[in-house]
Amino acid sequence: MTPKKQRRLAFAITLLLAGGGAAALAVYALQDNVLFFYSPSDIIAHPEKVPEGRAFRIGGLVEQGSVKRDRGLEVQFVVTDGKNAVPVTYSGVLPDLFREGQGVVAMGTRANNGVFTAREVLAKHDEKYMPPEVVDALKRSGHWQEGQKGPGAS
Amino acid sequence: MTGELGQLALCLALALSLVQAFAGFTGASRGNVRVMAMGRGAALGSFVFIALAFFTLMFAYVTSDFSVQVVAENSHTAKPLIYKISGVWGNHEGSMILWLLILGVYSAAIAMTQPTDNTANAELGSRALGVQALIAIAFLVFVLLTSDPFGRLYPPPFEGNGLNPLLQDPGLAFHPPLLYLGYVGLSAAFSFAAAALVDKRNDAAWVRRARPFAIAAWTALTLGIAAGSWWAYYTLGWGGFWFWDPVENASLMPWLVATALIHSMMATERTGAFKSWTLLLAITAFSFSLIGTFLVRSGVLNSVHSFANDPRRGLFILMILFVAITAPLTLFAWRAPKLSPGAAFDLASRETGILLNNLLLTAAAATILTGTLYPLVLDAAEGIKISVGPPYFSATVVPMFALLAVLMPLGPIFMWRRTDWRASLYKLRFAFAAAMAAMLLTLAILRPDSVLGLLAVTLGVWLIGGSVSDIARRAGSFRKLRHLPASAWTSALAHAGLGVVALGVVGATSWKSEAIQVLSPGQTMNVGGYALRLDATEQVQGPNYTADRAAITVMSNGRIITVVHPEKRSYPVEQMVTSQSSIRTTVLSDLYVVLGDSREGGGWVVRAYVNPMAPFIWLGAVVMAFAGFIALGARLAAKLRAARAGAVTASAAAE
Repeated sequence: MTPKKQRRLAFAITLLLAGGGAAALAVYALQDNVLFFYSPSDIIAHPEKVPEGRAFRIGGLVEQGSVKRDRGLEVQFVVTDGKNAVPVTYSGVLPDLFREGQGVVAMGTRANNGVFTAREVLAKHDEKYMPPEVVDALKRSGHWQEGQKGPGAS
Repeated sequence: MTGELGQLALCLALALSLVQAFAGFTGASRGNVRVMAMGRGAALGSFVFIALAFFTLMFAYVTSDFSVQVVAENSHTAKPLIYKISGVWGNHEGSMILWLLILGVYSAAIAMTQPTDNTANAELGSRALGVQALIAIAFLVFVLLTSDPFGRLYPPPFEGNGLNPLLQDPGLAFHPPLLYLGYVGLSAAFSFAAAALVDKRNDAAWVRRARPFAIAAWTALTLGIAAGSWWAYYTLGWGGFWFWDPVENASLMPWLVATALIHSMMATERTGAFKSWTLLLAITAFSFSLIGTFLVRSGVLNSVHSFANDPRRGLFILMILFVAITAPLTLFAWRAPKLSPGAAFDLASRETGILLNNLLLTAAAATILTGTLYPLVLDAAEGIKISVGPPYFSATVVPMFALLAVLMPLGPIFMWRRTDWRASLYKLRFAFAAAMAAMLLTLAILRPDSVLGLLAVTLGVWLIGGSVSDIARRAGSFRKLRHLPASAWTSALAHAGLGVVALGVVGATSWKSEAIQVLSPGQTMNVGGYALRLDATEQVQGPNYTADRAAITVMSNGRIITVVHPEKRSYPVEQMVTSQSSIRTTVLSDLYVVLGDSREGGGWVVRAYVNPMAPFIWLGAVVMAFAGFIALGARLAAKLRAARAGAVTASAAAE
């Protein structure tokens, strides 16, 4: 092989190794770090999908009158999609836009007694904005009114 | 009346862009000086009309003209003036006008810096202006058809809806213009690359013209991303500075490719290496800008800070994106066999360093793209809703950046074409010693529990030490520091800046302390060596909000240091609540206090963080951007000197 061809070969091999390495890293990282999204009805219908201790995201509306704050840090509320509901506990500072009757997405784990412990309650930046997953969950449970403000309505 | 004026200005800009495209391409292929001059004139004219449209819209905001729909939807008479102005780009329609304005700025800059003769260089610039015009046409049509900012409301409402209070912030007022200066600036590199592909000469002359624009875009993008992250840090009240949110990723990906581009351009201009690769990168960098625009504007992504959106707009931008990627790539595939091969270099050379830099940066951009698009693909294919969170991005991007940081100090030390690698490595002995010392000190004093934090400190010091020893070695003595070429400073500052960022990131993630507690007035909580006592809360009235304001005394070792006042603001017009965190910084460390909601019995949730070295994140970004300014300033100075020398010889010849 001429030196030039050698260099080309070395270049191609480096490129392949780098590309392959990056792809392998990406696939490996994706397997472990993906969070699934379920609505309350999904969880009631298929509890086997959410074994205890496995982190996932839940979304729906914060049920009217369900938010309980006591003297301590803990806040309790119920996430509903109109058909089914899941109780949630969270200790920490709730996002500024957290309100009863509003859409919410929470990330955390579910215990066998059915209570979802949220590690993170996702903030929205705009009260008119409804997370698309929540819109979808409400549509599936038949509690979405057409013409209601959805993603991109504002 | 003003609204119609703006619309007319946009239509005229569109007409002039058509002239610019036609004159730019035909003038260049005929070698006709006058037609090319017409193209330049059209570029300037089109810029003037877009600016007119932009200022018309700004006028409508400043005078609270609620007969214009976007003003009614996004402004309010009670809003402070600066947010009436920044409100112009605080929504989709206005931000597209800003996009066009900045595209116009770059086109005008190309037109003004262009030679007026019919040399190869002038023809290249003329074609680049033609490509710029095509981009402008696509986006002008997009704005006029799908996002008219001058639509009227009848009857006009008495009062507007106001601007999202989170956007009423000085950090965010300047974040979009900077970001767009970066995003859109990459169009100039793209246009020159496309022009070089149309051109039959196939040399690297285009790189010389495009490089300043790429550096300017990179600098603005660096500052824009930093401003956005700073805003997120102090307004969102989570103490975090980067969330791997799709919108953030959309700005990081073009930055990564732009960084690769300015490095590979350097090699191509200097030695002629990577000719085809640099062309590809210039096309890719702007494509990533368009992908970013598409992701943010189309609403396909569920992001916490995407604007309102409309599927029609997404489809339109997708079409622009498709053409912008496929057309130059087709041209490239057609031309590639005729391109002269890049210059050769040894394995131990600066070119190899730049090659590795390019590989790692583009691989990082590709993995981020994968993580950002994967949820979309899975949802479309199987209807499964997932999200890819920060752990994915940390697991992929952090190792690549670690490797990059290991290699970075070698780049400026290695010579072009071939180098004695042993001697080069020896030059870094002090930087290596400093990095090892930092590692051992960290181990001994802080006993960190995360390997990642330790690694980042070591690499941060390695980067800074590498830059310092490079400057010291080149200068030799303090007195000679002034005579160093600008290029020595740019690489040293840019690389050291990343080291500073790395230190800040470790401080704000691995070493932060965090506490959250319900406090009644008089009670105290502890965080990271400070004691915080809630003294009282009161109701205060702002210009367009009311707030609960806490007075919290900060004490350390029994001594009172300061009193901080975090607020919870309530905006009646927008019906929103925001937290105004209070940050007390010593530059070496931030104390970050947030007031949460009230609890029964008069208690308030108080959350506090101590983030050591957190300000370094933005400081480092500013240092990196400063390197960009030096590079641009040196070029400008050289140009002025050449012009003056030219004038002197001309007058000498005349005498």
